[in-house]
Amino acid sequence: MAEPIVHDFHAEVEKALANRQLRANFRFAMGNMIEKRKALFSDPVELEALRAAGQAIRQRALSRLPELLDQLEANCTRNGIQVHWAETSEEANQEVLAILKSHGATRTVKGKSMVSEEMHLNAFLARHGIEAMETDFGEFIIQLTCETPSHIIVPAIHKNRDQIARVFQQKIPGTPYTEKVEELNAVARKTLRTKFFQGEVGLSGVNMAVAETGTLCLVENEGNGRMCTTVPPVHIAVMGIEKVVEKLADVPPILRLLTGSATGQLITTYFNMITSPRREGEKDGPREVHLIILDNGRSRILADPELRQTLLCIRCGTCLNHCPVYVRIGGHAYGHVYPGPIGKILAPQMEGLDKAGVLATASSLCGACGEVCPVRIPIPDLIRRLRNEIVAADDSGAVAGAGGKRDLAETLVWKGWELANLSPALNRLGTRLASAMGQRLPRVGPIKQWTRARRPPVVARRSLHERVRREGGKDE
Amino acid sequence: MNSQTARERILKRLAASGTEHTAVPDADLPQPPSLNAEERVTRLAAMMEAMRTEVHVVDAADWADTFRQLAREKGWRRVLYGPRGPVASPIEAAWSADDGLLPDLVAYSDSVEAFKADLFETIDAGVTSVRGAVADTGALVLWPDAHEPRLMSLAPPVHVAVLDADRIFNSLGEMMAAEKWADGMPTNALMISGPSKTADIEFTLVFGVHGPKELVVLIRQ
Repeated sequence: MAEPIVHDFHAEVEKALANRQLRANFRFAMGNMIEKRKALFSDPVELEALRAAGQAIRQRALSRLPELLDQLEANCTRNGIQVHWAETSEEANQEVLAILKSHGATRTVKGKSMVSEEMHLNAFLARHGIEAMETDFGEFIIQLTCETPSHIIVPAIHKNRDQIARVFQQKIPGTPYTEKVEELNAVARKTLRTKFFQGEVGLSGVNMAVAETGTLCLVENEGNGRMCTTVPPVHIAVMGIEKVVEKLADVPPILRLLTGSATGQLITTYFNMITSPRREGEKDGPREVHLIILDNGRSRILADPELRQTLLCIRCGTCLNHCPVYVRIGGHAYGHVYPGPIGKILAPQMEGLDKAGVLATASSLCGACGEVCPVRIPIPDLIRRLRNEIVAADDSGAVAGAGGKRDLAETLVWKGWELANLSPALNRLGTRLASAMGQRLPRVGPIKQWTRARRPPVVARRSLHERVRREGGKDE
Repeated sequence: MNSQTARERILKRLAASGTEHTAVPDADLPQPPSLNAEERVTRLAAMMEAMRTEVHVVDAADWADTFRQLAREKGWRRVLYGPRGPVASPIEAAWSADDGLLPDLVAYSDSVEAFKADLFETIDAGVTSVRGAVADTGALVLWPDAHEPRLMSLAPPVHVAVLDADRIFNSLGEMMAAEKWADGMPTNALMISGPSKTADIEFTLVFGVHGPKELVVLIRQ
């Protein structure tokens, strides 16, 4: 069960904006990531060709989603991977728990997975007395401080090294204060080696699942993902239904786009392709591999031809790095699992516009996210679409909780605007009224708010129509 | 809760979603430059060295001597190998003339359940063959198997990989197609481009996170 969300977005934004340390950390980090990506994709022609290919691969996968999932399941099953389906996070959590219980497991080691964040899996397992040890370095840090990821690729990026040094000193017994990254790493390595050694079940996400061969692909640098999927006797992978691709040949371009966009790397240290549990005669690897395929609102998103594009996402996080809003407020202010531009379109669709629709308002529509998206999701268009849905006439549309922000005054204003532009007589009357009243706009309500930091609009005494009539002009 | 019910409901919703009408544009994949054999070695070595990998181009005839030399210089005490793997015989031969200064050769011959403590705590380096490599991104390709298990390239602090120069492909896509991977994938296929690393603290690159701290590649030609 998801925790009830009591989140005042505007208050969180104000708080984040006032936090100088946080803003400095994000400015430094995002600038760095933008530069790395730019250096890697230095050839614009090649990049555009790659993006076109990536978009086509993902669109082809979505266009055949039901049959590809069917094929993935059949091939995984043939390979010995046990496939489970879950409509909701709650169901997925129960599936995980059932597998853990069947092995009497209480210690799990976990590779980074955004779907598991979506499920609030760690909190769920903790309530059942099961340890879910995060092993990605960034995730390890924020687990110590009981925080959620502030970025989908670099989860602890809101912290700088002295903040991390203090966390290690306070939370890991026997650790002296050190700002040396090598020493901090050594502490994490030592602590987690024991956990890998003792882990009874390994949990992971999936970056891509290949229907053609029934293969689960994982991308990582640290080796923790390989540890979690190799050392414990049982491996459980969780994935959203959209993560499937049709064939092996689709893997290299998506991999290239993912690592390049996420961290500016040509390739990560490890690319891990898992096709079966330990086979007869093999000496290591899990004896059981489970794949949990989770819907959690995705099939509803798929049903709308425009919003469907949200599901092209490969979770590289580059839209976060390039977003002027994200850079200034960081990931936590959003108050949802997925922050930044992708979160602005994903969270409202998953959780309902009434609960998360406010995220769609946090955009200047500058277009940067759409320009850098490796699979060309038109994020700004989808943000605008969701803004329309928020003020839709009713809740019968594609997105749950639509129409919640519709208010009478605004509806009347736009109705008036429509009439004024359809009827010449009304238009003339309106123009005359504006000319007469424009200088004396009452500073109340939204006008007062608008003019607090902006100059009030200046309305000419005479309309253009009128001036042309008086001063002459040729109709050419 | 019932996985089967969930499956049916999800697939039913997907079938009714109209997603089959999603427009799928034609887009040709950008092709990586085609390099000749010598260029592939150079490119691979350069890419991997940039990721702090130690690369040696060695003579196919006496590579095991180079390896023995390396083992002595690095001061390893216990070296893990796969006794029935493709690089076992030359290594055993090179070790047969042990002058007492060579590290112990440890065979990965039991299952991990019996061998885990030894593997995690006492091994200094693991040596494996590799299936091939790709030049464009600079990475080794491993298909661990019963003779050279998965943890050999992960648990020890050093991984030594033995690669034949004629097994370097231009790209992953080319290798997958040439070798018909789609016809049958192994339990675990891996690409490795360097020692394990992280940049999670202020983008400071640190090597040796949870996997090997050092990666040594011997390219035999």
